[in-house]
Amino acid sequence: MPSPVLVRAVGANPPRSDGLPKVSGQAAYTDDLKIPGMWHGATVRCREARARILSIDPTPALEADPELVFISARDVPGGNVLQLIEADWPVLADQELRHPFEAVALVAAPTRERAVQAASRVVVQTEALPAVVSLEQALALPESEQKILARCAIDHGDVEAAFAAPPDGARVFEGVFRTGHQEHIYIEPQGMIAIPQPVGFEIVGSMQCPYYIHHALCALFELEPGQLRVRQAFTGGGFGGKEDYPDMISAHAALLARKAGKPVKIIYERHEDIVATTKRHPSEVHHKTLVAADGSLLAMEIAVELDGGAYTTLSPVVLSRAVLHAGGPYRCPHVRIRGRVHATNTATNGAFRGFGAPQSSYAIERQIDRIGRALGIDPFSLRQLNAYRLGDVTPTGQVLDESVSALECLELAAARSNYLERWQKLEQTRQSARTAHSLQGIGLSLVWHGSGFTGNGEQRMKCSAAVRLCAGGRLEVLVASTDFGQGTSTVLAQIVADAIGLPVDRVEVAASDTAFVPDSGPTVASRTVMIVGGILKRAARALLAELANFLAVRKGCGVGDLRFEEGRFRGPEDADQGGLELVGDDYLAEHGRLEITRHFEPLNSAHHFDEETYTGTAYPAYGWLCDVVELSVDADTLGVRVDKCTMACDVGKAIHPELCKGQVEGGTLQALAWGYMEEIKLDQGRYLNDRLATYIIPTSKDVPEFETILLENPTSCGPFGAKGVGELPMDAGAPALQAALDCALGIVSSRVPATPESLLADFVAGRVLPDGAAPALGESLPVRGDS
Amino acid sequence: MAQPEKQPVAVGDRVRFTLNGKEVCVQADPMARLLDVLREDLGLTGSKEGCGEGECGACSVLLDGQVVCSCLVPIFQVEGSKVRSVEGLPADGPLQQGLASGRGVQCGACTPGLVMAVQALLERHNRPGRALIREALAGNLCRCTGYQGIFEAVEQLVQPAGGEA
Repeated sequence: MPSPVLVRAVGANPPRSDGLPKVSGQAAYTDDLKIPGMWHGATVRCREARARILSIDPTPALEADPELVFISARDVPGGNVLQLIEADWPVLADQELRHPFEAVALVAAPTRERAVQAASRVVVQTEALPAVVSLEQALALPESEQKILARCAIDHGDVEAAFAAPPDGARVFEGVFRTGHQEHIYIEPQGMIAIPQPVGFEIVGSMQCPYYIHHALCALFELEPGQLRVRQAFTGGGFGGKEDYPDMISAHAALLARKAGKPVKIIYERHEDIVATTKRHPSEVHHKTLVAADGSLLAMEIAVELDGGAYTTLSPVVLSRAVLHAGGPYRCPHVRIRGRVHATNTATNGAFRGFGAPQSSYAIERQIDRIGRALGIDPFSLRQLNAYRLGDVTPTGQVLDESVSALECLELAAARSNYLERWQKLEQTRQSARTAHSLQGIGLSLVWHGSGFTGNGEQRMKCSAAVRLCAGGRLEVLVASTDFGQGTSTVLAQIVADAIGLPVDRVEVAASDTAFVPDSGPTVASRTVMIVGGILKRAARALLAELANFLAVRKGCGVGDLRFEEGRFRGPEDADQGGLELVGDDYLAEHGRLEITRHFEPLNSAHHFDEETYTGTAYPAYGWLCDVVELSVDADTLGVRVDKCTMACDVGKAIHPELCKGQVEGGTLQALAWGYMEEIKLDQGRYLNDRLATYIIPTSKDVPEFETILLENPTSCGPFGAKGVGELPMDAGAPALQAALDCALGIVSSRVPATPESLLADFVAGRVLPDGAAPALGESLPVRGDS
Repeated sequence: MAQPEKQPVAVGDRVRFTLNGKEVCVQADPMARLLDVLREDLGLTGSKEGCGEGECGACSVLLDGQVVCSCLVPIFQVEGSKVRSVEGLPADGPLQQGLASGRGVQCGACTPGLVMAVQALLERHNRPGRALIREALAGNLCRCTGYQGIFEAVEQLVQPAGGEA
């Protein structure tokens, strides 16, 4: 059996395989694809948050354009639902509308203009019904009237007893923290094409999870798996927003294509994309914390409330991750966490980078900051005191037995940014800075993020991935995992190359097409590198072993006499037995084909999670991150400029350090912007910030200078020690930014985003630091009575 | 912006302009968006539509050397002008290589427009510093990279002489 040789591709920065096609404009995204005879689809929507549908009349549209195709709920086969966790998400609203801009009907026409015009001519008559249009309103309902989409609970130690008998000097702190919607703003809006086949469909489009669409449409149209083919076009960003919603657009395009008998393309323009597709769940998190005089955490009671929107979709798993991260990266002997998702009459909230963890990380980090202020302990030292060490136990009872880097990240980020000295200086000068027009602040946060599916998710799904031998000694990676910008096509090739010691340019990741690739699971949960990469590493080694066996039989030697180096087989002794291209082509000539598939296998058999009691190994590994944010605030406008962000991040092993840094920097900017800039206001459940002119994301002038430090504390559960990195940075930016606002202004925000308006309301309401060090605001701003 | 004496184009008239160095003539509704003419009539799909209202810059092209959002330009306005789109640049020039080899590209949807904005910047400044680069790219939203990889790619291109803002 040839032994793998020294690692070369892993840790290097080969050019990303899709780079030049993207930079030159040659990469074909969904809207760039033209198929002969293709029609265009459009969606009929209503504005009401909740209403009874009295009638849907396409007559005016059909009279104006008799050629068009029209579809309403009555044309939808099966149960008119998309199969996700629950079967409650209608393909088209039937009888009742549950949120604004829910899809009611579909039209298709030969051109996009005609389709859009036709959709506007369809007359929908409705009768408004009482609606619950916000989390605040849902929480105010009597318990019996609350509609709960999911619940989750963790119990660790004895919280009642701890609060009932606190040690001398211990104090209790309570806090409530709220976060708002966040929109993904992938730059390529959603889009999908359905091509009807004699039986079934071919679906091509912008997506994260081809097999989600495959499952949903096979169920909807009662197709055999082989009758549906789903393939990914170049996909212009996802961040979770193209996890579940593409199921919906695929179903719509397929319904129209089936009735029209032609390929149908549906492309959302930006406004439609914002009003109709998923958002980050708004949250309200309650903390009650018992803290010893020295700052040690003694007990935590946490309630996580999420706004799920109108249908269940992915909310139960978002809640699960929110709850599992709610205690932060801190040891605490007694913890009780309760989580609920409330239904509201707003568009469904779904997956968005971090998947519930950013909301609960924000809350615990702000709570830690409040505790530190009250006890007179600086934010660094309080975290240093409580952060997880190796061997600590999480609220689910998981023993952290490897790859724990909370302290290293904290200390490195603090040292690199000179955090403590700067913080102390700025805290002392806040009072004297009252007349300054630009106020400086520095803030810090510490987070953890579990890689891969929660609990037994990976064991249950048993995802598979394959490596195929091609002519000329090339390898092809077959996975359903999609690259929508992260660079995983490059990273997976690096893993396979180094698994057997082959130059990385001999490995290619095939297009994600259900006709050819096994179901390696959805591209979510920071699982592609750690989980799918791990399966591929085993598959590649098995493929090499098969070739070695073949060669040993041919040469009449023992397989143990052979080794594989620099792409060539050698042995016995130093005899050159030829490169992979020679041996591989011989193998293919004799056997025709070599494709090795491997399924997920847990690397640590002790890992188990009990989903009833929420105890055990919640995640096989955690990433760790400390952010230090330095910013300036205009004392007159409360406008924030983030000057610098230092991120110290443990990723286990950076397979491709440049791409890894790209994930950390991009995620950090989204996280910072969520903390102070990105806001959706609602009116009767409708988003008011429903276009790019009003939903503001950071430009090149808003981004701070980034200093990204990658730590490598390997996990035994990922290939070459790698852990997930995609979501981790989303957890840390907002709390660090708001800690820096405390420092600069003396105004304590407990809400995401801390817009100037929100900060002013905090100031007016007296949510300022108890030392009275509220800044220059009082002099320069008109103070009104509202809050 | 210099707008030499152009005659308005009547409905049904053809519009003639220079596209990536070649004369083209299209017959289109005078209010048709330049973006649609490029993508639909001329088959150049490198320019992307991200918002349709001039906010994101994914459809950026150069119109007589100026960066414009092609979703905001009615086709009659380009009569007699020089239009350059991403297809008119080398597919693997130093700028393209620089962005693609580092972390200047992720999903790629903003990239063609962003490349045009960088091109316009480099045609005006030999050695732009970070502040100028930030200013020049402020009309091109990128949601993936956090911009720093893009800044560094542009700076690499104009190094090693060093930059001043």
